[in-house]
Amino acid sequence: MTQFLQQLINGLSIGSVYALMAVGYSLVYSIMNFSNFAHGGVIMFGAYFGFFYLTLFRLPFTVALLGAAISTSILAIIIERTAYKPLRNRKAPFLYFIICAMGMSIFLENIIIALPFIGPTFRTYPEIFSKTPIKIGSLAIGRLDLLMFIISSICLGLLVYFIDFTKIGKAIQATSYNIKASALMGINTDFIIITVFALGGFFAGIAGVLFGMKYTVYPQIGVITNKSFIAAVFGGLGSLPGAVIGSILLGIIETFTSGYVSSQYRDLIAFVLLIAILVIRPRGLMGKLNEDKA
Amino acid sequence: MDYYIQGILILSGINLMAVLGLSLLTGFTGLFSFGHAGFMAIGGYTAAAMTVKYHIPFIPALLIGAIVASLVSALIGVLTLKLKGDYFCIATLGFGEATRLILDNMQYFGGARGWPGIPAYTNFTNVIIINIIGLILLANLIRSKHGRNMIAVREEELASQISGINVFKYKLISLMISAAYAGIAGGLMAHYMTFLQPKMFALTKSTELTIIVIFGGLGSISGSVLGALVLTSLPEILRAFSNWRLVIYGLAVIIIMITRPEGLMGGYEFTPKSMKKLFFNLKEKRLKKSAGR
Repeated sequence: MTQFLQQLINGLSIGSVYALMAVGYSLVYSIMNFSNFAHGGVIMFGAYFGFFYLTLFRLPFTVALLGAAISTSILAIIIERTAYKPLRNRKAPFLYFIICAMGMSIFLENIIIALPFIGPTFRTYPEIFSKTPIKIGSLAIGRLDLLMFIISSICLGLLVYFIDFTKIGKAIQATSYNIKASALMGINTDFIIITVFALGGFFAGIAGVLFGMKYTVYPQIGVITNKSFIAAVFGGLGSLPGAVIGSILLGIIETFTSGYVSSQYRDLIAFVLLIAILVIRPRGLMGKLNEDKA
Repeated sequence: MDYYIQGILILSGINLMAVLGLSLLTGFTGLFSFGHAGFMAIGGYTAAAMTVKYHIPFIPALLIGAIVASLVSALIGVLTLKLKGDYFCIATLGFGEATRLILDNMQYFGGARGWPGIPAYTNFTNVIIINIIGLILLANLIRSKHGRNMIAVREEELASQISGINVFKYKLISLMISAAYAGIAGGLMAHYMTFLQPKMFALTKSTELTIIVIFGGLGSISGSVLGALVLTSLPEILRAFSNWRLVIYGLAVIIIMITRPEGLMGGYEFTPKSMKKLFFNLKEKRLKKSAGR
C-alpha cells in the first residue's frame, strides 16, 4: 500500500509537469490544427535559460523561473513570426507546418550543441531545495516533487482562469471553434495566434526549468518532451482539460510501469498507449471530432 | 572511383530506396508518415537475421525483409488508415518509436547495444542495380491504372470514392509497397554498415526521409532521386562545419518550406520526352526572339 501511494505521488508530480508541456501542444493545435513539434525545442531552451539565470547571473529562484518563462514565450513568438506566419499567409496545408516545425526543432536542438559556450555537455542545476524528503507517516515526498506539483497546479489554474474569464481567453475559445467566423466577428486572429504561442512558450519555460531541476539539462531533452505530446493526443488534441487529464494519467501509468514492471518498458508503454488510443478512440479522451469537410 | 565518394553514393542509394517508397505514399497517395524508419528497422533486422542466423543468400534475405516489413505495415495500415490527416501521421510516429523501443529491449538482436558482425554484402554495383529496378517498377506502377487511382485519392478523396475507387484499399496497397521499399533499404543498410543499432532508426531518420521527399517535390520521382542525392551528400559536404551542419540543415528545411514549398521539381519529371520538350521550347523562344528583332 505504501509503495502504491508513493508511486501515485511520483506519478502525479511528473504528470503535472507533462501537463504544463501538453497544454502548449494543445493550445496551438486548437487554433491552427497542426502538431507543433518545435515545442520540445522551446521546452529545452527553457531549461537552459533557467540554468544560466541561476548559475551565471545568480538570480533568486522565482526570478529565474519567471525570467525563463518570459524568455521562452518571446522565443515562441519569434518562431511563429518567422516560420509559421509565411505559411499561414499562403494558406499552406497542415503538413507544411509539421515539416517546418520539424525543421525548427532540428535547428533549435543543434544550435545549442553548436554554440561554443553551451555545447552538448550534460549540466545539473544547482541544489536549491534540499534533497531530504518530507515524511508523512511512512510516505516520503521529495521537496522538488511537491514543488513541481504546486507550481504546475498554480500555472494550470491561472490558465483556466485566463481562458474562461478574460476577454482574450474568450476570443481564444471562439477562434479555436471557428477561425474564419471569429475573424469576421472582429477578433484579431493574428493577435490570438501570437497570444497562444506566448502562453504555450510561457508554460514551456516553467516546465523546462522544473524538468531540468528534476533530471539534467542536455540538448536532447526535447525528445523526452515528446511524451507530453503523447499525453496531449491521449487527452484529445486541442482540448485543454483533456491535455491535463491525459498528462496526469500518463505520468501515473509511467511511474507504475517503472515501479512494478521494469523501467526499461516505461517509454515503450507511452508509445504503445499512443497507438492504442489512436486505434480505439482517435479523438482522445475529450478531443473535438475532426470531421471531413468536403 | 574514390572510396569516399563511392561511400556517399551508396548511402544516397540506400536512402533513395526508402525515399522512393515514401514518395509513392506521400507524393502520389497523399499520406504522410513519420514512421518509415520503423519499416526500415524491421526490414534491416529481418534481412540481417536471415543472412547471419539462417545463412540465406543476400538477395532472398532482402526480399524476405521487404515482405516482413510490408506485412507489418498491412497490420498497422488496417488499424490506422481510417484516421484522418494529422492523426495518421501521429500514429505512424508512434509506430516508429515503438518499433525502436521494442528492438531496444530485444536481447536476441543485441538490444540497445547494437548488433555487430553482419556480413558486408552491399556494394556499389548491387545498390545501383536494385535502385534502377526499384525506379522502373515504381514508374510503371504510377502510370498504371492503380497508380492513377492513387493519384486520384491524393487529389480528392471523397470524389474518388464516389467515382468507385476503393480509397481504403489503395491507401493500404500504397502503404504496403512503400514499406517494402523501406524494408529493402533497411536490409541494404544493415549489410553496408555491418552493424545495426535501434538508435539508427529513431524519429530523426523518419523525418529525414520525409524531408527528402518534400525537398525533391511531392509527386515527382525524379525530384525524389535528386533530393536523396543532394540531401544525403549535403551533411557530408558541410562536414567541415562539424557542429553547425545540422543547424544549417534545419534552417534549409524551414527556408524551403517558406519559399519553395513545391520542392525542387514541383511535380515535374525528367524523362527523355520532357527533356526534348524543354529543349525545343528554348529553341522556339530563341527563334521568336530573333524573328522579333
